[in-house]
Amino acid sequence: MLEIKDLHVRLEEEEKEILKGVDLTVEAGKVHAIMGPNGSGKSTLSYVLSGRDGYEVTEGSAQLEGEDLLDLEPEERAAAGLFLAFQYPVEIPGVGNMTFLRTAVNAQRKARGEEELSAAEFLKIIRERAKALKIDAEMLKRPVNVGFSGGEKKRNEILQMAMLEPKMCILDETDSGLDVDAMKLVAEGVNALRGEGRSFLVITHYQRLLDHIKPDVVHIMADGRIVKSGGPELALEVENNGYADILAEVD
Amino acid sequence: MAALDQTQVKEGVDQETVDAVREVSTYKYGWETDIEMEYAPKGVNPDIVRLISEKNEEPEWMTEWRLAAFERWTQMEEPQWAMVSYPKIDFQDQYYYARPKSMEEKPKSLDEVDPKLLATYEKLGIPLKEQMILAGVEGAEDAPAEGRKVAVDAVFDSVSVGTTFQEELKKAGVIFCSISEAIKEHPELVKKYLGTVVPVSDNFYATLNSAVFSDGSFVYVPPGVRCPMELSTYFRINAENTGQFERTLIIADKGSYVSYLEGCTAPQRDTAQLHAAVVEIIIEEDAEVKYSTVQNWFPGDENGKGGIYNFVTKRADCRGDRSKVMWTQVETGSAVTWKYPSCILRGDDSQGEFYSIAIANNYQQADTGTKMVHLGKNTKSRIVSKGISAGKAQNTYRGLVSMHPKAKDSRNYTQCDSLLIGDKCGAHTVPYIEVRNNSSRVEHEATTSKVDDDQLFYCRQRGMDEEEAVALVVNGFCKDVLQALPMEFAMEAQQLVAISLEGSVG
Repeated sequence: MLEIKDLHVRLEEEEKEILKGVDLTVEAGKVHAIMGPNGSGKSTLSYVLSGRDGYEVTEGSAQLEGEDLLDLEPEERAAAGLFLAFQYPVEIPGVGNMTFLRTAVNAQRKARGEEELSAAEFLKIIRERAKALKIDAEMLKRPVNVGFSGGEKKRNEILQMAMLEPKMCILDETDSGLDVDAMKLVAEGVNALRGEGRSFLVITHYQRLLDHIKPDVVHIMADGRIVKSGGPELALEVENNGYADILAEVD
Repeated sequence: MAALDQTQVKEGVDQETVDAVREVSTYKYGWETDIEMEYAPKGVNPDIVRLISEKNEEPEWMTEWRLAAFERWTQMEEPQWAMVSYPKIDFQDQYYYARPKSMEEKPKSLDEVDPKLLATYEKLGIPLKEQMILAGVEGAEDAPAEGRKVAVDAVFDSVSVGTTFQEELKKAGVIFCSISEAIKEHPELVKKYLGTVVPVSDNFYATLNSAVFSDGSFVYVPPGVRCPMELSTYFRINAENTGQFERTLIIADKGSYVSYLEGCTAPQRDTAQLHAAVVEIIIEEDAEVKYSTVQNWFPGDENGKGGIYNFVTKRADCRGDRSKVMWTQVETGSAVTWKYPSCILRGDDSQGEFYSIAIANNYQQADTGTKMVHLGKNTKSRIVSKGISAGKAQNTYRGLVSMHPKAKDSRNYTQCDSLLIGDKCGAHTVPYIEVRNNSSRVEHEATTSKVDDDQLFYCRQRGMDEEEAVALVVNGFCKDVLQALPMEFAMEAQQLVAISLEGSVG
């Protein structure tokens, strides 16, 4: 599904290399987790894959189902099936959540040459999917993320994911700022979307999210590289011993 | 798009092709109606004033009124205080009266109107037929299922070509006709109210308008009557090198209610054209008027060539106690806009509201705002202004809130928000506040923000292209004002906001 080869990235504004040769392959239908200490480049990887400004790719490639992602505009990547659940979802005052989502869904459908959803069809689907995430009708009408609690923001991200039906989902520290109950709800939402060949890349600092979203593969990222990969047991090792031991071992 | 001026269209290229290519340009209404016109000689002088009066078959008192205004105008100077700059206007090098030849004999009914003129309005999306306007076509979850009736007065260059639903309105006692007709048919009302809100000598452009106005709309709603439908006037400038000077007079008698809409467009040309209108509204005791404008005059091309100079005086006089007025404007067009719809809150407990969206893109300049003059006791006013600047445009909010000594316990709330797109445009806020009693309160809030890169990236990651993303964010910014518009206009305005900002990012 996603194939990243020797990806080198630096910040446009300063001569600072952040990713120093990332290699990663996520197969269709699999859940991969990336863990790592702060500043290791985890979030940068998610931004570069989704096409945010401010980064320069100096070497390497990233492909989604064989298509070069790095040549595409952010919206083209989205239409190709890439979704990023933001660590800090952005507020858009005055724009109703529902209006936002309908615009997004139809923009992607249009880009893929599919027919746009009518207001009635859209309403039916969103009501059903919002219910599963315990998002009430009132929250759908409120402006996008404005005045939402941390938990509401993250649930809203998962709702967007459920509505857009992407192939490759990147979750950037989705657990940050969530209490246990909110995290469970979010994880349930994600688990409900697993299957049908959909792949996930779960970026997290802590192991606890991975108790709820069971990964197939766990990678440890440090200083702009993936330094170790393994099964779910790797996450437990981090939880018990911290990153220091693993990093020392790699060095 | 300037390359598609009609002079450069080669022979053999049919009009449809030209129109189709023009449609690609961002200004959708830039086409022109090919129709035989009759002009008054260029320039302005007492003979021209008399000629216009004669064309409208006006009584002597009206001609005298105009001549007095002209005399006054010759002694006045063009105002310089607005934050706009444009080449000096040669008032003698343009036409003050242009009328389609087919309008020489005033049509007795809509069936007799020149099909070319009917087709023009049809193409503008304003069919001059008495039909329901179907609301709720797109995205309006709370739209009423049944259609709504909207009566239209259509003004083409210097003349009104027809007014719909007149009979039905008459049954309710409402008079809705062109002002030239009102001068002939209802002189007592015109005499009583014309020039009482915007005096002849009010300002340079209003005085010029008083001398040479050619047509416009007239509304009278009798006591206690709630006007059974929305009224609207659609102004179209078609003739080249011609100024449009329209005059609108709306009277809401005691306890009445009316909602009035105004729309405007003009062909795309590379010379600027002048539009200097005067709108007067009189609101008696317990009456209420809502006046909404979607102003989409040609804004000039992306290099700042051409466009309409929109120098307009609009004022509402809340004469009676508990009277209310609400101005809502969406200003997307014109090269230069100079416009301050105002409220004179004379009656005790009267209320004035002003909601405005002003968009300036490319080289557009907008200096707009309102005046709230509190004269009566316990009067209230509210101002919500949203200014959006993109490209190299300058957008100024200029507003006056004045609390007179007798306006005890009055209140004003002003919210003035500016949004910048890109780094070559400007937003300015110039509030004037005068409080001359100690029981009144004035609140002013102002914000300036930029369309945020994070917001745009968020929208794009969800699949919207950059222009869609900007339109969405800007429409969100304008929401308070869009909500104040009648539904049909709100949807049109929302699309217009998106279209006016095309090409403003990236």
